[in-house]
Amino acid sequence: MLFQDVVFWILTVMAIGAALGVVLVKDLFRAALLLVVVFMAVSGFFVLLNAEFLAVVQVLIYVGAIAILLIFAVMLTKDVQHGNQPNRLQIPSVVFASLLLVSLITVAVDTKWDFLPAEQQERVELVQTNAVTTLTGEALTESGVISPEEQAEVQGAGLADLLIGDYVLPFEAVSLLLLAALIGALVLVRPNPGTGRG
Amino acid sequence: MNCVLGPDNILYDTLLFRVIYDFVGQLLPCGLAYVASGFAIMFLLANGVLLGAGGFSWAERRLIGRFHNRVGPNRWGPFGTLQPMADLFKLLFKEDLTPRGADRIVFMIVPVAMVAPVILMMAVVPFAKDTALANLNVGVLYVLAVTSITSIAIFMAGWSSNNLYAMFGASRGVAVLISYEVPVVMSLLGVVLVAGSMSMADVVSAQTVPFLLVQPLAFFVFFAGTSAELNRTPFDLAEAESEIIAGYHIEYSGVKFALIQAAEFGAVLTSSAVMVTLFLSGWSGPASSYLGWAWFLMKIGVLAFVFSWIRATFPRLRIDQLLAFAWKFLLPLSIINLFATALEVYFLRDGAGILEATDLWIMAGINFGVAIGCLLIFGTLIQDKVRPVRPVSGVTIAAPEVF
Repeated sequence: MLFQDVVFWILTVMAIGAALGVVLVKDLFRAALLLVVVFMAVSGFFVLLNAEFLAVVQVLIYVGAIAILLIFAVMLTKDVQHGNQPNRLQIPSVVFASLLLVSLITVAVDTKWDFLPAEQQERVELVQTNAVTTLTGEALTESGVISPEEQAEVQGAGLADLLIGDYVLPFEAVSLLLLAALIGALVLVRPNPGTGRG
Repeated sequence: MNCVLGPDNILYDTLLFRVIYDFVGQLLPCGLAYVASGFAIMFLLANGVLLGAGGFSWAERRLIGRFHNRVGPNRWGPFGTLQPMADLFKLLFKEDLTPRGADRIVFMIVPVAMVAPVILMMAVVPFAKDTALANLNVGVLYVLAVTSITSIAIFMAGWSSNNLYAMFGASRGVAVLISYEVPVVMSLLGVVLVAGSMSMADVVSAQTVPFLLVQPLAFFVFFAGTSAELNRTPFDLAEAESEIIAGYHIEYSGVKFALIQAAEFGAVLTSSAVMVTLFLSGWSGPASSYLGWAWFLMKIGVLAFVFSWIRATFPRLRIDQLLAFAWKFLLPLSIINLFATALEVYFLRDGAGILEATDLWIMAGINFGVAIGCLLIFGTLIQDKVRPVRPVSGVTIAAPEVF
């Protein structure tokens, strides 16, 4: 559908433009705000993919929590008003950024994007040749490929099943990591018992 | 030309959209009418919220006048009802100042970033049968997500103003927002558990017994948390006039100030609307298929009155008291509520996972006992933590750490 294409391209331009801004803008605070724009655009992509739950969680966690954390960090940094600070961490950050890029590209290439089984894929193609150019959830339902129950499962419960079923180990590892970070932060800011203040 | 919306369309469930679409479809071609009626409905919603904010600002000033045993604005129009108009025009003609050294672009975006979440929040609230703009299946989460954008806007206001008082106000405001978000979210989980769905329309239809009775503790936590998030007295530390002048909107004047104020007053109304939907059974009531909107507005009015009442009654808290209230009082209460609700739902639901009205009444009975007990216990426990600091002779006590 034309409308969805238009929205997709608007979101794409927004996301890539803002992401470039994050890297190129000198003012750290503005860069953090542009990062918020990137998060919003990504949640827009989730909406386009009929994944409202992910879209909402994206805004709730990334905009509501992580961006706030970033801005706090920016505010508490010394001399931040004078733009980016020079530091000695350029080489490690290049290494980590390229590692991340490589892993993302690997994942993107390795993922099987045609996730439907072969016989369902045929039916999807049947639907597509029947003058429906872009598949919507409704069209899939009508052709019987995906029932509303299956859709609901994919959107909400399926995610939960995956998180505490197949991926329970990474899930728990991440929560332990967060707990460690929390305790670490508490230890760092705790007043020093000797001097009375930290 | 007569356009008919197919039943497979996403907006088919929205009665209001269908009515407007039928009307516009007679004047315009169907494709245009589709877009135009979308814009019309957004226009109605945005202006409804802003007008409501104006009306509420008048009502609250009158009410607080009564509470303070004075008159309040009563000169312009019958009973002073045109006062918001007068305020608006005064602000429109004021000079639009930008402080020296301010981050101009961010400074300019702030009022919009403040108003937008307030209006967006109304998109999922059903104000009569089948009239929510979007019946999302994650409606409750959507409301929480949209509210969290406000903290970014507050940060932007504080940072871009190039004013230390504004910065103080912003960091206080954000500290309050992120602390109170935790108990607010936890208290809503109880409601979601009982309703068995996160869609606002389903929550309304699940309320054969209003959730105010089924989830009294959740309502208390949500109400207290929301009034803190709205920056209203007794939680209005972010703009405490006696300490930091006006907080994060200190440098704003003219139209921008009007918009920020509209956002604050409008937020009271939209939060009341959310609370009505989640706890006071939304639009349902006698003859709700015709008078749903009237019930809805009436319930909003009652809640907005309670908000004004609280604002007029309580003195402002200190920042450490405020944060202790969130972490040591509301958070345990919301966790206890969630735990109790989960147990009750687990034992009372039938095979299909549905709760009957009698089950809800049983839950209401248990939860009221839990609520009263918890409030008594935790109320006593927290009293020591929030006592005012009194200097003892001979010993110097450090002032409480303030942001």
